[in-house]
Amino acid sequence: MSAEVLKTPIVSQPGAPPHPLSQFWSDFKANFGAVAGLVVIVVLILLALFADVVAPHSPIVTNNAVFLKPPFWQQGGSTAYPLGTDAIGRDILSRLIYGARLSLLIGIAVVTLSVVTGTVLGLIAGFFRGVIEIVIMRLMDITLTLPSLLLAIVIVAILGPGLMNAMLAVAIVLLPHYVRIARAAVISEVSKDYVVAAKVAGAGRLRLMFKEVLPNCTAPLIVQATLGISTAILDAAALGFLGLGAQPPLPEWGTMLADAREFVLRAWWVVTLPGLAILVTVLAFNLLGDGLRDALDPKLKR
Amino acid sequence: MTALVTATDLKRSYEVKQGWLRPPAHLQAVGGVSFALDAGKTLAVVGESGCGKSTLARLVTLIEKPSTGTLMLDGVDAVDPPAGAAKTLRRTVQIVFQNPYGSLNPRKRVGAILEEPLIINTTLSKQERRAQALDMMAKVGLRPEQYGRYPHMFSGGQRQRIAIARALMLRPKLLVADEPVSALDMSVQAQVLNLLADLQRDLGLAYLFISHDLGVVRHIADDVMIMYLGIAVEHGPKERIFARPLHPYTQALLDATPGLGRKRQRIVPKGELPSPLDPPKGCVFSTRCPYVTDLCRTQRPLLRPLDGRLVACHYAERFLDTQAA
Repeated sequence: MSAEVLKTPIVSQPGAPPHPLSQFWSDFKANFGAVAGLVVIVVLILLALFADVVAPHSPIVTNNAVFLKPPFWQQGGSTAYPLGTDAIGRDILSRLIYGARLSLLIGIAVVTLSVVTGTVLGLIAGFFRGVIEIVIMRLMDITLTLPSLLLAIVIVAILGPGLMNAMLAVAIVLLPHYVRIARAAVISEVSKDYVVAAKVAGAGRLRLMFKEVLPNCTAPLIVQATLGISTAILDAAALGFLGLGAQPPLPEWGTMLADAREFVLRAWWVVTLPGLAILVTVLAFNLLGDGLRDALDPKLKR
Repeated sequence: MTALVTATDLKRSYEVKQGWLRPPAHLQAVGGVSFALDAGKTLAVVGESGCGKSTLARLVTLIEKPSTGTLMLDGVDAVDPPAGAAKTLRRTVQIVFQNPYGSLNPRKRVGAILEEPLIINTTLSKQERRAQALDMMAKVGLRPEQYGRYPHMFSGGQRQRIAIARALMLRPKLLVADEPVSALDMSVQAQVLNLLADLQRDLGLAYLFISHDLGVVRHIADDVMIMYLGIAVEHGPKERIFARPLHPYTQALLDATPGLGRKRQRIVPKGELPSPLDPPKGCVFSTRCPYVTDLCRTQRPLLRPLDGRLVACHYAERFLDTQAA
């Protein structure tokens, strides 16, 4: 009989509940802000990927002829430099486009690093209760008590300024959130019967942790990770502004802000545009994260 | 023939912290339970919430180790298994839980849930595993097209069928069923009970059936063990116990089941279940028993044979001439 059975195609019945993914998408679609955030992020990703093609100028080449040229719609602006130039004649639009590359890279790399580390630590804390849990969680609590930017500055001060160290510092600052979320989710899942059933079936500890429990803890982690990208971009920009993050001439948005500080009154575009870029990106990631949370958390469904 | 399962004086106690100044208290969840169960038979363990029946299930399934006592599964010492036997033991006993909504991993398809025990314990190929899973689905009354579905797409009764199928994937000899139907509604209960009965007949399974529902127990059990505060108060063949309960607690339980044509006066236990942290000194039921005497309060009655079953009551003879409803 089994040969016959095997040939039966697995079809979904009409009237069966929709697939979780399509259910998720229809919930997500209903949230206008989240879709807008997603669109902005997709555009940013495309800009970052094709920066070489899209950007009209090189982000680091200076042009002595065009210091502090205003954007094209203002008197004295030209369409050759659509958003004007900075104090040493670099095209701001090109720098912003290349900056998107850096900012997205920072956001994604930092969050990936802290999500992976945080989830593993949280899994360990949730599985091995007792001393191991106390050590991990108290360390995280100590990290949380320090103001995040201050802690990041301290870490960069120890490691030395630079983009890589700034990213590492921000990752450490974000870590406790993921550890706590992962541990809480693990503890609530571990007590469920399906974990006991897997134990009775002979599943080892690693299998229980990564194959049984972890897939059921992903929803809150995904949401926190999306929101974390905006925090990471913001913190990295702040470190850049303080001169501790990306070093010139890298077109990092925070560093661009810092370089333009002295021209705030004379040339508004040099400060405003990188600031706006940070604002829009962070806002987009926050909206996306909120939308994901609403769509993934059944308790928040309307 | 030796029994498939032999438990002797199983005890399990927990330490309960009472704050850092006071020493931890000992909670005796299971206080010395013995039973034997043959292949193909069903032993029902009955008692109210907190009487230790689920702990007993966890002991027999090797989820927890007993504090003292011995447990032989299929001739192997399960408490302290000889080297290399641990893996076989795991395949001897499996469990079905009460709540079918918590016992299936929501992120796995039915096929993956059923095949997981095979992945862990056997070296079968992917096709063989799939064939066995589909075979088992047919046995428990699931359709092959449901192989690729997620648990949330099923009703409670169907989920319990999946849970039963998963438990049977390793061909266990003993299935511990921890209140397998109490989360289901009446019509579905009957279906699942009939399925369990069919599987027992076809596969020669022994069941340790935990329940608080005497109606269900009457339907499925061969032997019945009534537990109260972690110990067995009456233990014997179903017919004997249902026809003439000799322990006042069993009588009270039977009286509490709704039914028609009551012949005897109802026994209603007084008060509440005593705290298992501070069990009565004499008979465990002495605080609530309507027939209590000074002897009951000071001396704990042991299980003794009487009228074809074991009963732990000083005055069990008194009830020999009564008839249950």
